[in-house]
Amino acid sequence: MEPILNVKNLTMTFGGLKALDNVNIAIEKGQIAALIGPNGAGKTTFFNCITGIYEPSKGQVTITPPGKSSQTLKGLKPNQVTERGLARTFQNIRLFQGMTVLENVMIGRHCRMNAGIFGAMIRPKSQKSEEKKATYASYEILEKIGLEKYVNEMAVNLPYGAQRRLEIARALATDPFLLLLDEPAAGMNPQETKELDDLIIWLRDNEDLSILLIEHDMKLVMSLSDRIHVVDYGKKIAEGTPKEVKSNPEVIKAYLGDDSDDA
Amino acid sequence: MVTIKKIKQAFFIALWFMVLTFPIMVIKVNTITDTVVFRWSYLFWNGIGTFFASLTWNYFLHLKENKQKTETSDDIPMVHQLLQNDRFRIPFLIALAVFFLIYPFVFPMYHTSIMISALVYVMLGLGLNIVVGLAGLLDLGYVAFYCVGAYAYALLNLHFGVSFWLALPISAVLGFMFGTLLGYPVLRLRGDYLAIVTLGFGEIIRIIMENWDDFSNGPRGISNIPPPNFFGIDLGQHGSVIYIYFIVIALVLMTIFFVGRLENSRLGRAWIALRDDEVACQAMGIDKVKTKLTAFALGATWASIGGVVFAAKTSYINPMSFTIWESITILCVVVIGGMGSAIGVIAGALVLILLPEYLRAVAEYRMLVFGALQVIVMVFKPDGLIKSVRKTYKFKKVEE
Repeated sequence: MEPILNVKNLTMTFGGLKALDNVNIAIEKGQIAALIGPNGAGKTTFFNCITGIYEPSKGQVTITPPGKSSQTLKGLKPNQVTERGLARTFQNIRLFQGMTVLENVMIGRHCRMNAGIFGAMIRPKSQKSEEKKATYASYEILEKIGLEKYVNEMAVNLPYGAQRRLEIARALATDPFLLLLDEPAAGMNPQETKELDDLIIWLRDNEDLSILLIEHDMKLVMSLSDRIHVVDYGKKIAEGTPKEVKSNPEVIKAYLGDDSDDA
Repeated sequence: MVTIKKIKQAFFIALWFMVLTFPIMVIKVNTITDTVVFRWSYLFWNGIGTFFASLTWNYFLHLKENKQKTETSDDIPMVHQLLQNDRFRIPFLIALAVFFLIYPFVFPMYHTSIMISALVYVMLGLGLNIVVGLAGLLDLGYVAFYCVGAYAYALLNLHFGVSFWLALPISAVLGFMFGTLLGYPVLRLRGDYLAIVTLGFGEIIRIIMENWDDFSNGPRGISNIPPPNFFGIDLGQHGSVIYIYFIVIALVLMTIFFVGRLENSRLGRAWIALRDDEVACQAMGIDKVKTKLTAFALGATWASIGGVVFAAKTSYINPMSFTIWESITILCVVVIGGMGSAIGVIAGALVLILLPEYLRAVAEYRMLVFGALQVIVMVFKPDGLIKSVRKTYKFKKVEE
């Protein structure tokens, strides 16, 4: 079977700096994959290239949504990538602070709705039912994520862990087949991390999602991932199951440094 | 609380003010008799005044800060709380309707005329609120679209005899088009840069109108613009002012209705998302280009309709009615009223436009008092007179 996300020879240069250098990553359906690497290794750049925020200098990104044929993401804008079923969260929380929790999730439904200017002003029946559906669908997502008690709170007033979860809820609302999580556990306490671990597995099993996450919390990565990809200085240095990666000398070198450096 | 520290601070502020204002308040040069008069008593009163003003200022700031500590930041303004209460809302709306209905018959024509201006600003404010308040695009050239609407009616009437009623939809469409036209080149800009470009756009339209003599009659303007036609009956001067008054009321109601709907629609939410975080907004599947353009275009539509009413009301327009000062006044209406809050903008327009008229009693201090009031509102109510409140949703048991 075709991998649902197939990244080939992805290269991104900023001036003279090669942030990504011929990276190849493939993700299978139903997989929880992790992208790890030291700070500045190019992980977030990788996300930005896939989701259309950056235009990669070289390489192909191909997606194969379940039950559909393959297509390339070349030249698509971020909103078009989202429409095709890739949704992401951000490393530094980027919620819409002037909106309520529910409205934040409803923004995720935006690309699955059709109402235009006149629809909004005249509110015909079709638009009313669309709006109602979106409201209920968003509420259901909040229930799944366990945020329903905050429905009408302003997003900015939420506790930190809840804000992280709201980002996931918002991404879910776009109906993705692949969820890209950029450091979802950053800044969370052990209890919250544990809940996140359960949530991600629950999402994979019940929502028919595949997940690619960037994470620094090794305990979380090792317990969660089916497959781990390691990058360092923009190059992919290893790939494998958690066990394989843990014992890979290249990986240990990247994280702990080379002995010969000390001499 | 008045502490020794605060008194000391007020003392030094007073001292500094006495030094600063010394040249203008104390020294008076009489060029005819070649004498210099030192008015020392002024210095004294100035010092005393500043001292106490500073103390009061600090006192209120202190009160405000204490209040913030005890209350959460998402307090719902009193007006909204009252309006949500059915027992209050219905009598209030009836009273409001009655007031506006009898207003032109009770008050003299002059007051009706001022009220028309204020109501036009309500429309302009609500239109600009879409662009600045909801979509977060700082537009300093908003008056350009007001100008487009006014000139559209004036010129179409002059050359083709187009009536007021036909001019309304035509200029609405024109405004929409000009809004899109301005939107395109500024798609990539935000904040300060956007403000400068829109400022330029506003001036370009005015300067074209001033210099393209054959087209717009230049600085002489266009006169004898007819008031709206009432089934061919001549209403006389007073009658037609009252007639325009009711037309404006109808247009304002229409604006409130549509803008309120837009605010809580798919489009309105997209605007707010764009304002809060452009990157995240795109990543959530919102087309940035479309969203920005519709904000500009819809904002411009209302400005343009307002322009038609303005032309019909004054019966004479020239480019001097559409200077940057107008844009700033409309922006003040939005900011002081409360960005993104329709009720706030309405209140802001009424206060900001009516107040200077009624402040004529204090003649030359009018603008000074007006300016001071603006500063006070911004310091003590930075979210505007009535801040925006998002719609809340109620869910019973989730229906499957």
